[in-house]
Amino acid sequence: MSALLASEVNVAQNVGFYIIAALMVYGALRVVSTRNVVHAALWLVVVLGGVAAQYILAAAEFVAVSQVMVYIGAVMVLFLFGIMLTRATIGAESDLNNRGWGIGIPVAALLLAVMVWAIIDEFGSSIIEEPAQPMPTTALSDVFLREGLVPFLALSFVLLAAAIGAIVLARKD
Amino acid sequence: MYAANFLLLGAVLFSIGVFGVIARRNAVMVLMSIELILNAVNINLIAFALMNDSAEGHVFALYVIAVAAAEVGVGLAMVLMIYRNRRSIALDELSEMRG
Repeated sequence: MSALLASEVNVAQNVGFYIIAALMVYGALRVVSTRNVVHAALWLVVVLGGVAAQYILAAAEFVAVSQVMVYIGAVMVLFLFGIMLTRATIGAESDLNNRGWGIGIPVAALLLAVMVWAIIDEFGSSIIEEPAQPMPTTALSDVFLREGLVPFLALSFVLLAAAIGAIVLARKD
Repeated sequence: MYAANFLLLGAVLFSIGVFGVIARRNAVMVLMSIELILNAVNINLIAFALMNDSAEGHVFALYVIAVAAAEVGVGLAMVLMIYRNRRSIALDELSEMRG
């Protein structure tokens, strides 16, 4: 607690971070543990919205807006369509998990322990100084249109191929 | 702002997503867990961009968002096709490729 009151740490930013982070972790746990597929999709909205809020806390406004538009706007609609088109029953289901689902707990715990150890070891005491202003979108476009131009064009072809591939796969004939 | 905050949040979300991929039987739920994993990676990229005060991390995060959108589109189309052919999207029943 005394660390939170250190002068170089913005207390309001930290408190906001912890509140949003707790909400996100709870939502993520509900996504992987609920018995209702529609509820899982709605908890995923909470997590994705929390991620967008964290982006704003991290001074990444353009990415936050993109997150809201692409994930909450488009991807979640796709998920809800997928759920509605592939489900016969509405409501709780009892067979959403594999038979050997318990093996996932030690695997995830081990992975988390290794990552937490590495993060604490490397970044345990380092403090990010406050950015003067959010990352300007012009800086992003400079990267996109100079060294990032080839991946940017490749990405547009990936999206085109994905759209055509999805239509071909899902077409009824 | 502690540098470890964002990274630890990303690690927790990543582990929860990995658990979901292992534990879930429904193909749509597995795709949702993959979204959790990709978002954890994005949080890390933004955190590193904040540490180094550079725009490259943001650009990487935007690439990841676009690829994730394409992946969800194709993935759900495949799930729909499997459902149409087999009337089920339980992943443990898709064992035809087993030798």
